[in-house]
Amino acid sequence: MHSLFGNAAAVATGVFAAMRAKGRDTRVVAQAGDGGTVDIGLGPLSGMFERNDDVLFICYDNEAYMNTGVQRSGATPPAARTATTQAVGEHPGNVFGQGKDLPRIAMAHEIPYVATATVADLRDLEAKVEKAMAIRGARYIHVLVPCPLGWGSASKDTILLARLAQQSGLFPVFEAEFGEVTAVLPIRRRVPVTEYLQPQKRYAHLFGQTPDTETIERIQAQADRNLSRYHIDEVEI
Amino acid sequence: MRKQIEGSAAVAQAVALARPEVICAYPISPQTHIVEALSAIVKSGDLQPCEFVNVESEFAAMSVAIGASAAGARAYTATASQGLLFMVEAVYNASGLGLPIVMTVANRAIGAPINIWNDHSDSMSQRDSGWIQLYAEDNQEAVDLHIQAFKLAETVSLPVMVCMDGFILTHAVEEVEMPDQATVDAFLPAFEPRQVLDPAEPVSIGAMVGPEAFMEVRYLAHRRQMEALEVIPAIAAEYGAVTGRVRDGLISRYRLDDAEIVVVALGSVIGTLQDTVDALREQGVLVGVLGITSFRPFPLESVRDALAGARSVVVLEKALAVGIGGIVANNVRTAVAGLAIDVRTVIAGLGGRPILGESLAEMIRGVDDLDELTFLDLRTELVERELQRNRATRRSGPTAENLLRDVGAVGDPLSVRMPR
Repeated sequence: MHSLFGNAAAVATGVFAAMRAKGRDTRVVAQAGDGGTVDIGLGPLSGMFERNDDVLFICYDNEAYMNTGVQRSGATPPAARTATTQAVGEHPGNVFGQGKDLPRIAMAHEIPYVATATVADLRDLEAKVEKAMAIRGARYIHVLVPCPLGWGSASKDTILLARLAQQSGLFPVFEAEFGEVTAVLPIRRRVPVTEYLQPQKRYAHLFGQTPDTETIERIQAQADRNLSRYHIDEVEI
Repeated sequence: MRKQIEGSAAVAQAVALARPEVICAYPISPQTHIVEALSAIVKSGDLQPCEFVNVESEFAAMSVAIGASAAGARAYTATASQGLLFMVEAVYNASGLGLPIVMTVANRAIGAPINIWNDHSDSMSQRDSGWIQLYAEDNQEAVDLHIQAFKLAETVSLPVMVCMDGFILTHAVEEVEMPDQATVDAFLPAFEPRQVLDPAEPVSIGAMVGPEAFMEVRYLAHRRQMEALEVIPAIAAEYGAVTGRVRDGLISRYRLDDAEIVVVALGSVIGTLQDTVDALREQGVLVGVLGITSFRPFPLESVRDALAGARSVVVLEKALAVGIGGIVANNVRTAVAGLAIDVRTVIAGLGGRPILGESLAEMIRGVDDLDELTFLDLRTELVERELQRNRATRRSGPTAENLLRDVGAVGDPLSVRMPR
């Protein structure tokens, strides 16, 4: 069922409540993009988490409003060019801020299960969905999904970019239960953030004739912070 | 069973008699007592099976109701004022999807300026939302309309808003006859949805529709409301047969047969109008009252028939369409188009301003001198002072605060009982 942009979590609660009233065990899954999750749908999502309704909510995060033409969302990373954060001016692209880190916001609700995943590792994603469906209560899976059009990257690089997001440390892949991190996907081959950023035209302004090393360093610092925050180890294959 | 009971408690009991399976609510005055009472009824186990969902906003309340209704559950919520506005996107979605949700609107003004008291601005703002709108004259009717609303909604597959005046009805203790459970069960069968989310018979609900069929979907929604013009009186008659309280369903007529002057109104002010009419009739004034129970669908034919013998019609409105004046009056004018009847608009009772019987009597006696648009008991001295300030200086400040300073007694209930 599709109702509105910002109410997937609340509609899911309604379906769950109906199933419970009718004594049926039909499970409920809600899905939204990053805009419908971190921005316009955050209130209903937080309400569903807080009530611990038996709903699995999956966010497909491509880091901007791609359907309407690549406008910035609360999930758009710093320095990224979008149609509403153009690569012009003194600080081109999106601003540096706190970001809206929905997995951690979900964890703060102390719901039974939170996981992140990327399309680069479908076995990992599948295992997390299966695990989520074996748990009752509010569950949240945040999936990083590159958007060739919005990111300005080649379609053939979609899986590669998702992998580089994880291997650079910019997108930590982990699981958390009741607010505590319980598992982290190790990095097989750690890469500098430039390896992830450079193939994407949304970051092209960082790599002009004079590379914007200051901005690149700030992004690298974010990756480094993720590695220490989630204790992500680099493992040699 | 007859009992002295607060309007909100009576409505909560009536809703419980209808056996909703999902109730979701976010508190807003003056709706709170309804959902508080329902929360107690559900938590005590007196209403089973029923899920009471405390949501984080009215937008979520309507969205939860949408999900529940689409999954085949009888769903109910209640709101008022800003809460109704906050859920508007979902209000239109519920009707567009044809989901038979029942919602109480405890009518309250809309800010700014912020105001918690009664008028009809909230539900009137949703007159074109595709919901059926029923207005209760008193708490007995509020009880009866809620029970009928579920049957009506499910018969025509449209959501129904039952509007009752905030505080004036919701917080008033009146004698109410509550139907018993067996009567309601016999009257209201289990919800048999026209569409339902069911993994055994998969469907999708909420598809995008382009120019190829959008007009037709909207037209069918209109058709269903037109069908409701037949269904509402039929359900009212059926309900009357088992409860003994027979109402037309679409309109209510009071001393209309020989009336030269008719006042048209919605909601609890009809009681005040009836008393006024009785007093004026003793003085020989041929006046009557036409109450509109069903504002959506609007019963054009019933209104035309009821007003056909009148010379002058005054539409008394508790809402204001800023920039033109009346809302109900425009509907009434459509109903009497072609008849030689003067229709005048009187805006009254905005933001809880008391509608006094003596003001109404004066309005009716002076009907021939009424302007096309009149504001009943408007404090012109307050208006003039503010207009003078506006003329005197560019930065005259916020209007609401200026007027409150002039009135002198912020929040003093006596300050609204202004001298005539």
